[in-house]
Amino acid sequence: MTAQEVRLCGLLLQEHFGEVVERIGTHLLRGGAQNLRTIANETNTPLDLVKKSLCVLVQHGACEFGSGRRGPGSPVEYRASCERVLRVLRYPRYIYTAKTLYGDTGELIVEEVLQRGHMTMSNTVKTVADRLTHNMEEGRSMEYSEVVSAFSKLVETHFLQRCPPVAEMGTAATSTNPATPGTPAASASTAPPTAESNPDCYKLPHVTLIGRGKRRRSSDDSEEQRGGKKAKMDSESCGDEGIYWQVNFERFHQHFRDQAIISAVASKLDQTSSEIVRTMLRMSEVTTTQTAAYTQPLSANEIFRSLPPNYSISRPILDQYLSLLVDDPMEFVGKSGDSGGGMYVISKEPWPTWRELHWSLWYRRGWCVCQSWFGSRSARIFRLLLRKRHLEQKQVEDFAMIPAKEAKDMLYTLLSENLVQLQEIPKTPDHAPSRTFYLYTVNQLPTARLLLQHCYKTVANLIERRLFETKENKRLLEKSQRIEAILASLQASGAEPEQLTEVEEMITAPERQQLEALRHHINKLDSTENQVDETVFLLESYIFSTKTK
Amino acid sequence: MAGLGRGRGRGKGYMSFSIEAVGIGKGENLPPSILQPTPLFPPMEHKPVPLVMGEEAEYMLALKQEFRGNMKTLPFYVRPAVSKKDVERYSDKYQNSGPSDNTIEWNPDWKRLPKELRIRVKKALKENTSLSLDTPVDPKPSKKTRVDKEEIIHKLETLEEEVTSDEEEGEKKKQEEEQQDGEEEYDEEEFEEETDYIMSYFDNGEEFGGDSDDNMDEAIY
Repeated sequence: MTAQEVRLCGLLLQEHFGEVVERIGTHLLRGGAQNLRTIANETNTPLDLVKKSLCVLVQHGACEFGSGRRGPGSPVEYRASCERVLRVLRYPRYIYTAKTLYGDTGELIVEEVLQRGHMTMSNTVKTVADRLTHNMEEGRSMEYSEVVSAFSKLVETHFLQRCPPVAEMGTAATSTNPATPGTPAASASTAPPTAESNPDCYKLPHVTLIGRGKRRRSSDDSEEQRGGKKAKMDSESCGDEGIYWQVNFERFHQHFRDQAIISAVASKLDQTSSEIVRTMLRMSEVTTTQTAAYTQPLSANEIFRSLPPNYSISRPILDQYLSLLVDDPMEFVGKSGDSGGGMYVISKEPWPTWRELHWSLWYRRGWCVCQSWFGSRSARIFRLLLRKRHLEQKQVEDFAMIPAKEAKDMLYTLLSENLVQLQEIPKTPDHAPSRTFYLYTVNQLPTARLLLQHCYKTVANLIERRLFETKENKRLLEKSQRIEAILASLQASGAEPEQLTEVEEMITAPERQQLEALRHHINKLDSTENQVDETVFLLESYIFSTKTK
Repeated sequence: MAGLGRGRGRGKGYMSFSIEAVGIGKGENLPPSILQPTPLFPPMEHKPVPLVMGEEAEYMLALKQEFRGNMKTLPFYVRPAVSKKDVERYSDKYQNSGPSDNTIEWNPDWKRLPKELRIRVKKALKENTSLSLDTPVDPKPSKKTRVDKEEIIHKLETLEEEVTSDEEEGEKKKQEEEQQDGEEEYDEEEFEEETDYIMSYFDNGEEFGGDSDDNMDEAIY
């Protein structure tokens, strides 16, 4: 947990859950596992607020609890997860992906589950149906069955999963960790069960949900409230209490990685080969676990059958494309046998292909960073070093075709920023400096980590700047919000146009301009955060892929 | 980095490896060493790459802002209870005082949380469900206009402010006792007046008739 990560997590918690949760969360992130009393004392927060914040954090999966270090009798300890909090940055991307795959219904389902941390299926279906009904025209409403089918599709493709069952705590003798049923009670302090360890992880509950979404009318609000609250009380008996669903982030990440592979193939080869790779990936989506090194081997026949209908290429051409993909130095696809017209795999893990791909995606980012910080010629040097691994000072000048003086300068700047490292290779055992090679090189992993920390810092700075801008112009923003509210209520109660214009004129023209500029800045900052997050994802998954070999 | 430690002998800038190997020529001007932290806003030599703009980026931007806005309205956004700076007032009992520290505004599944985290779920949720089924709810807008009209009439006709607000308060308090709902207009009026007289509970009603009789001779404001 680096300082930058904790800072960014704090800002994200503050924006989404308020300052109290931010204080508690950062304290947990910095201090590791702690029990309730310690947290309350050290953060000087009233106990009830601490309890509330912990409930919120656990609800959203940012915090886990387990029995204390001293065994089952000691107070419960809470542990916050930095990684999980950082995912909040990526929520818009998840929601947008759900929209592209499963339409508006899928989008709303994922959005609701993300907002609430975890929900039961019946609750989700009802809320989403109501929201969709609200947006539809008068007289039409959304059937629950449609929402249910979208939900089941999300579960089938593993984008949603059941929340892991909660480990029993407190009872020493009989409690066992559900993931390891046979072990004695002493193992109750082992790692909490993951979602995947539950065999029913992707099984839909047997619930029949029949009905339509309710439209909320503003005129008979109290009527609807009564009706709505009655419905809420009824939903308790829907048959699926206790079964909560959460978003499966890893599956989304797998999807993003697949998209990266497909676009890399498309840019290197052509559209058709990318379609072939996309088909292969889709076929092996659910059969491959996330940490598998290779996809299941697919025969060329199967691939041929599963190609999308508008890509009608003949069989021999498909074979040609496949051999092209296999022969490509990037090794996107590997050949693993000849049965069924040839068995092909896509390797997903460290060596050789996936790592290569990651590496190339990563190095492109590094190159971009280099270019934007130091100019295109430094970027050229950076790229050269990545390609050739180790180069001497003289060789750098020659290969990069940059005059000696400038090349030296750039190399030292890169060195001081730690993008490039110096490697010694002694010629003689006594390491005499005059007889040692000094080679410039790029250490990929440390450099990737460095860039990742820079990204975290960038996003944190962006958020802070946005908060600052909002605070500076708070008065103006509040005024405009109030005026909008007045306008809305006037329009609802049918006021004359003169009244409306009179209210609108309460904001003067320079204020309007200021508001416009403010909105523009905030949009830009927000948009930048989204884009930096893409780089963060790439770097994170590269670093992760080097860890698991 | 091995090799950069001071070697034997103290010369100015003497290093244990020959700097020619790294490429620094003899007697060449090296950039001055930096003795302070880098400036907070370092000047940028190269313009940054423009942002990617497009339908997808704009849609994700809208999603992000909407999500943030929604999170602020959900009960997960924990706001600490505002401590009252003033004297404790009787009317506090009848007001919806906003979030309070020892209740939780949503209903989590307590089976998934350790026992020690259990807090009382906010009463308002449960009470409203039962009450709104039993007692008739007066539509709020009309009550507000009625109260406003009353107030205007009273201010026009009588002189003593305390008396009129006492009457209103008497009525309002009775209704509030029935419903136990917080009312925002009550809040505003109270804080508008800002005198202790408004807070007084006791109203025997006799003063109303008596005072207006006395002041009939004077101008009516």
